[in-house]
Amino acid sequence: MPVTIETKEHPQDGKPRGDAGRKATNDNVVIDCHIKELYYGTFKAVRDTAIPVKKNAITAFIGPSGCGKSTVLRCLNRMNDLVRGFRFEGHVHFRGRDIYHPSVDAVAVRRFIGMVFQQPNPFATSIYNNVAFGLRLNNFKGDRHAKVEEALKRAALWEEVKDKLHNSGLSLSGGQQQRLCIARAIATEPEVLLMDEPCSALDPIATRKVEELMLELKTRFTIAIVTHNLHQAQRVSDVTGFLYVDTTQGGRTGYLVEFGESKQLFEDPKEKHTKEYIRGEFS
Amino acid sequence: MATPDATNSSLLSTLPAEPDLNPFAGVDFAELETSLRRPRTLINILLTWLVAGMTLLALIPLFSVVWMLLWRGGRKLSLALFTQLPPAPLEQGGGFGNAIVGTLIIVALAALISIPLGILSAVFMAQAPPGSRLASVVRFAAKVLTGFPSILAGVFAYGAVVLTTGGYSAIAGAVAVSILMLPTITLTAEDAIRMVPAKMKEAAIGMGATRTQTVTMVLLPTAFPGILTGIMLAIARAAGETAPLLFTALFSNYWLISNHHLNLMQPTASLAVLIYNFAGMPFQNQVEMAWAAALVMVLMVLITNLIGQSLSRRQIQS
Repeated sequence: MPVTIETKEHPQDGKPRGDAGRKATNDNVVIDCHIKELYYGTFKAVRDTAIPVKKNAITAFIGPSGCGKSTVLRCLNRMNDLVRGFRFEGHVHFRGRDIYHPSVDAVAVRRFIGMVFQQPNPFATSIYNNVAFGLRLNNFKGDRHAKVEEALKRAALWEEVKDKLHNSGLSLSGGQQQRLCIARAIATEPEVLLMDEPCSALDPIATRKVEELMLELKTRFTIAIVTHNLHQAQRVSDVTGFLYVDTTQGGRTGYLVEFGESKQLFEDPKEKHTKEYIRGEFS
Repeated sequence: MATPDATNSSLLSTLPAEPDLNPFAGVDFAELETSLRRPRTLINILLTWLVAGMTLLALIPLFSVVWMLLWRGGRKLSLALFTQLPPAPLEQGGGFGNAIVGTLIIVALAALISIPLGILSAVFMAQAPPGSRLASVVRFAAKVLTGFPSILAGVFAYGAVVLTTGGYSAIAGAVAVSILMLPTITLTAEDAIRMVPAKMKEAAIGMGATRTQTVTMVLLPTAFPGILTGIMLAIARAAGETAPLLFTALFSNYWLISNHHLNLMQPTASLAVLIYNFAGMPFQNQVEMAWAAALVMVLMVLITNLIGQSLSRRQIQS
């Protein structure tokens, strides 16, 4: 993995924030991601995509299927490390530190940058144990019960499950399972929550609940969300990046077409591709 | 059917209102009824009876064995069987308490060896990157081992343990039996771990779990019912093995505990070898005892399986 020059200047003493450099002016950028080229084996999946994820805001990634928006999201907490042949050039700075630097432990990164997946994926254990999972991972010594309750309340699930905390997480409905996964992700209080199409497996009512939840959560966490649903991006996000597929150089490579305030991007897009996509004039 | 259809459609083209009146025109409902005159129905009935008959045929050996065990072994069942030592020739009464204890100890020791080894190698095979040469070699070895003749496992343990430690022992028996248990545990555990949905593994890694934590906190607990099934199968097989014990644990007419001291390095009785020894004797008492021992062994395996099932059911519910 190539290391950018800025990274080398940062102290490697485990402090989360480097003080030097160009991000001093951009204080509220939590994750600064710049992907020059990203490969799976020999397949070039994404190029030229730079997205700053701002603190206490919701950053949405939209675009057609196969444009690499999930890939970009998974770069932000090194989930792509699990994919064989994954390789990328560029950098992802989390509070000023390059998370792809060889001295950085991917496992630790994921504890600061949590993830909610497309399919609800609770563990085959009780609701309580699902939420307490992260606390156990981190060897949390304090009041576990209080933490579990707090997380479930924040995920707007407490009222529905408080009497059956020891039932299986798999016994819940799809929407409840997804909120359980959100509770599990926020129980350890990560800085950033990545959500990969969190509502695509849910019905409209459950979707609405998760969206309300996201707006609620952004006061405490920073959220980046991938969504197929343009209305959802419009409803919840503060800033939006539009990715599109470039087929001109052979293969299908995703790249960032436009990035800006959601209001501006949806009401007055600057690029032709964005305009076409948002109006639905799409081949 | 073709002719009325054709006339219909030609009529319909002239009268456009007609087609909506009878949407089922042209469907012969007699086609839908079962009739013995149709080969389809006949073959169906024939095959149903064939399958039912074959099933019954396959069940005959099982039920006849169980019935014989209950009939011939059940009469002899008494508390003394569980508390007394095997009788000498021509002696009346007696029991096989030491053989029950011996079987329990040998199987427990074999399980202690084969369960950790089997589960760890299953974790390795399930977690190794796809296409890993070492993992496929291990898997192939495990498959070969499932068909491994049990007497050879006994010969191996004889050479590896009996000759080196200087005598027949429960430990040697356990080593021999563990070789037979290992492949069953390994292969079923690998399957069970692979059955854990990838999204659960992804969830754990996304939470910041290390590989070790992912395996111990998600994969193994989720795969537990399947792993337990494999362990139960292996135990059921191990409890009945005779050949490997003949070379390794031999037999003993005495308890393993003498002077309040448990000695696992001495010849040890087992139910399987007791049945083997007593069934061929010309004394009625011993032959009856062999039947009773067989019944006890089957019941022990049954109870182990029931416990295993209720354990795995509880795991699924929680």
